[in-house]
Amino acid sequence: MGKIQLTKVRKAFGETEVIPGIDLAIEDGEFVVFVGPSGCGKSTLLRLIAGLEDTTSGVIEIDGKDATNLPPAKRGLAMVFQSYALYPHMTVRKNIAFPLKMAGMPEAEQAARVERAAKVLNLTSYLDRRPGQLSGGQRQRVAIGRAIVREPAAFLFDEPLSNLDAALRVGMRQEISELHQSLKTTMIYVTHDQVEAMTMADKIVVLNAGRIEQVGAPLELYNNPRNIFVAGFIGSPKMNLIEGPEAAKHDAHTIGIRPEHISVGDGPWEGVVGLSEHLGSDSFIKVDVPGLGIINVRGPGELGVHHGDRIRLAPAGKIHRFDDKGLAL
Amino acid sequence: MSTQSTRMAARFMVAPSVLVLLVWMIVPLAMTAYFSFRLYRLLSPDRTGWVGFNNYIWFFNSPDFWLALTNTLMLVGGVLVITVVLGILIALLLDQPVKGQGLLRILVIAPFFVMPPVAASIWENLFMHPQNGLFAALARGFGAQPILFLESYPMPSVIGIVAWEWLPFATLIFVTALQSLSSEQLEAAEMDGASAFNRFRYIILPHLTRAITVVILIQTIFLLGIFGEIFTTTQGGPGSASTTLPYMIFKQAIAAKDIGRAAAGGIIAVILANIVAYFLMRGLGRHLDA
Amino acid sequence: MARAASPRRKLITTLTAWTVALIIFFPVLWMILTSFKTEASAVAMPPQFLSADWTLENYVEVWGRSAYPRFFWNSVVIAVGSTLLGLVIAIPAAWAMAFVPGKRTKDLLMWMLSTKMMPAVAVMIPIYLLFLRFGLLDTRIGLVLVLMLMNLPIIIWMLYTYFKEIPAEILEAARMDGASLWNEIVYVLTPMAVPGIASTMLLNIILAWNEAFWTITLTTTRAAPLSAFIASFSAPQGLFYAKLSAASAMAILPILILGWFSQKQLVRGLTFGAVK
Repeated sequence: MGKIQLTKVRKAFGETEVIPGIDLAIEDGEFVVFVGPSGCGKSTLLRLIAGLEDTTSGVIEIDGKDATNLPPAKRGLAMVFQSYALYPHMTVRKNIAFPLKMAGMPEAEQAARVERAAKVLNLTSYLDRRPGQLSGGQRQRVAIGRAIVREPAAFLFDEPLSNLDAALRVGMRQEISELHQSLKTTMIYVTHDQVEAMTMADKIVVLNAGRIEQVGAPLELYNNPRNIFVAGFIGSPKMNLIEGPEAAKHDAHTIGIRPEHISVGDGPWEGVVGLSEHLGSDSFIKVDVPGLGIINVRGPGELGVHHGDRIRLAPAGKIHRFDDKGLAL
Repeated sequence: MSTQSTRMAARFMVAPSVLVLLVWMIVPLAMTAYFSFRLYRLLSPDRTGWVGFNNYIWFFNSPDFWLALTNTLMLVGGVLVITVVLGILIALLLDQPVKGQGLLRILVIAPFFVMPPVAASIWENLFMHPQNGLFAALARGFGAQPILFLESYPMPSVIGIVAWEWLPFATLIFVTALQSLSSEQLEAAEMDGASAFNRFRYIILPHLTRAITVVILIQTIFLLGIFGEIFTTTQGGPGSASTTLPYMIFKQAIAAKDIGRAAAGGIIAVILANIVAYFLMRGLGRHLDA
Repeated sequence: MARAASPRRKLITTLTAWTVALIIFFPVLWMILTSFKTEASAVAMPPQFLSADWTLENYVEVWGRSAYPRFFWNSVVIAVGSTLLGLVIAIPAAWAMAFVPGKRTKDLLMWMLSTKMMPAVAVMIPIYLLFLRFGLLDTRIGLVLVLMLMNLPIIIWMLYTYFKEIPAEILEAARMDGASLWNEIVYVLTPMAVPGIASTMLLNIILAWNEAFWTITLTTTRAAPLSAFIASFSAPQGLFYAKLSAASAMAILPILILGWFSQKQLVRGLTFGAVK
C-alpha cells in the first residue's frame, strides 16, 4: 500500500511547459519531501498525483494500478491543503466525518473513526466547534484528522506549515513526523523550507523549473550534492561557492565549502570580518577574503570576532568540486 | 473542473439568462425603432403608414424637446454634483471616530430606501407646500412670503428631492472606499509635514477617484431615467418646466397616445444614453482599470 | 483614519456628524411624526413637533378602511416574485460562469450589465402594447416579469461575485474526500453559497419594491403596488396629510428595516464590485 510510481509525467498549461518530464519512484511507507524554490513545480506535481490536475502525458501508478485517468476520489489518497480548506459551515466532527460520509460508511463506524482520530490529534474537546472558532494550529489538526480517517494509501501535504507562526511550525513539524512513525503510511510533503525537508524526510526530491535535480536521503544530499543548485539549496547558510584560481588549485571550475566546515584561527585564507552575528549558540560571520570573495563562516559557540577584525580561515571539511556546467566532479 | 461535459452543462445553465436578456433587449428595441418611423396613434388606429423621420423631426422642432433635454442634463448634472461633493464631505465626517457610528449610518442611509413616490410626497406636502409645508411656516416665521417651490422653481425642486434620495448611495460608497485607505498612508503623510487639507488633496482624493468614477457612472444610469418623483409632484409642469426626456416620452405615449412619436422619443433617449456613456467612459474610463 | 483625536475635536466632529445625520433623516422623521397626529394638528400653524393628541387613527383608517392592504400585498408579491423568478434563472448562470469560466465569460457578464443601461422609456412602447395585446396590463404577473428583467443583470452579477469568493480549495478538498459532483453541490457549495444568495435576494427585493416607473405605467387599479398608489394619491387636498403620512410610513417601513441589514450588499450589488 502506498507505492507510487511516476513515469515520464509531463504537464503543460496551454503553451507553457511546467513539468517537462519526471520519473520518480516512491516506496511504501516513505516520507518523501518535494522541495524547491517558488515556481519549481512541486505543488503542481503533488496535484498531479492527487488527481486535481490532469497530466498532459505520462503514467501515474498507485500500488501497481494505473491511476492516471482516475478522479481524485478513486485514487485512495488524502490531501492536507496549505489553507486547510476546512468546510466552514460544518463542525469539526462533521468535517472529519465528511469523507467517510461520502464513502457511505455506516454512522456508527463514522463516529468511532472520528473519535479515534480526534484522540490522536488532541481534538476531542473541539469536536463541536466550527473552524471559524479554532486557532491556526487546531485547524491544521482538523485538516490532518480529515485525512487520517480515510486510512489512505498515502498522505499528500501541500506546504501545510506555511500559514503558522514560527514557534507553532516547529511543534507541528514534529507532530507530523511522529504521526508518520505511528501510522507508517506513505507521506508526500511539499515545502520550500529546506529545514523541514532535512528534518522530516526519508527521501528528498529537489525540484527546479519542473525538473528533478536530485533524489536522495537528506544526508546524502548534504554530503554529496550532484550539482551547484542542490549544493546551494540544501544547508543554511548557503554553501560558499568559489571560482577562479583557488578553484583551479583543486582542479575544478568551482569549489564549494559549507560555512560550518570552516575553522577560524589559522589557515591559508586571510580576510577582514564584515558582518558578525552572535547567537550565543552559534556565530555567523562574513569575511572578505581577497581573491575568494565574501566567505560565510558558521562556528559553534562564541567565536569572539567582530566587525573589522583581521582573521585567518581554513577549510575543515569536505571541499566540493564542480565543473564549468555546475555538475559535481 | 473544466472537462468537456461540464462545459456543455455550463452552457445550458447560462443559456436561459442570455436568451431572456437578448429577447428583452432586441425585440422591444426593434419594435420601438419600427414604430418610430410610422404614424400610429391609439386614438385613431386606422390612420397608419410610413412617415419616415417625421416623428423625429417633430421632436427636434419642438421647443419642449430641447427644454426636456436641458432639464434631463440639468437633473443628472445637478444631482451628481450635489451627491458627490456632499457625499465625500459626509463620508469624511463619518470616517472619524464618532460616537454612535451604527445609528449615524442608519440615519444617513435611510433616504435611499424610501421609494421615490414617498420621497417626493414628503417633500411636496410636508415641506414645500405653500400653505402647510414646513418651509412655508419657516418663511412666515421670518415675516417673508413662502416660496412656491414646485411652481416657481420646479426643476431645482425636483433636483433637490432626487439629490436627497441619492446622497446616501454616494455617501455609502465613499465611506466604504475610505475604509480601504490605510491609516498608515495618512500617518506617513503627516510625518512628511502635510496639512489636513493637503492630506485630503494628495492622498484621500486620489484614493477616492475610483469610487467617484463608479458613483458617477452608476448614478448617471439611474438618473437618466428618473420618473416617479416627477410624476408624483409636478407631472412635468408647470407647463413643461420640469419635464425631462423620459417624462416627455411618457406623456406622448400615455396622454397623447401617440405611439409613433413616443417611439421616436425612445430611440432618441437611447442615443442620448449612448452619447452620455461614451463621454463618461472617455473621461472616466481610465480610472476604472480592472 | 484611526488617529486618537483630542476630546475637544471628538466632540466637535460628533456634534457635526449627528447634526448632519439628523438633518438628512429629518424628512423621514417628520413624516413618521405626522402619521401619528390628527389631521388638524398635522396642518397646524405653527407646526407642532410633538402633538398633544397622539393617535393611531390614521393607521387604522388607511389599513382597515381602504384598499391599502391590497396595494401592500401587491408590492410584496411583485417584489418577492420578481426576485425569486430572477434567482431561478440567475443561479445556474452565475454558477456556471463562476466555476466553469470560459474565454468569453467576462465579456458575457459585461454585456449582461450593459442591458441594464438601456433607458426604460426606449422599450416602454412595445412593452405597453404587448401587455395590452396579451392582457398583461394591470396584472401582477406582468410586473413580475418586467421587474425581473430589469433586475436580472444585477442578480446575476451579485451571485457571480459571491460564488467566486468560495475558495476553490474547499471544493477540491471535497473532491479529494470522495464527493461526487452532486455531493459537492449539495453538501459544500450550496451551504457556502446561501449567505450570498440571501444577500442578493435582499437587495433585489428592495430594488423591486421601490421601483417607480414600470409599476406606475403598467398598472391602474388591480395590480398597483404601493409605489403607484402613493404616486397617484399624493398632493391630497391638504386635509389628509396625516393619513398620507401613515400610508407612506407603512410603505417604506419594511424596506427601511431590510435596508438596515443590507448596506454591504448595496455597495456590492450596485457598484458591480468596483468598490470594495
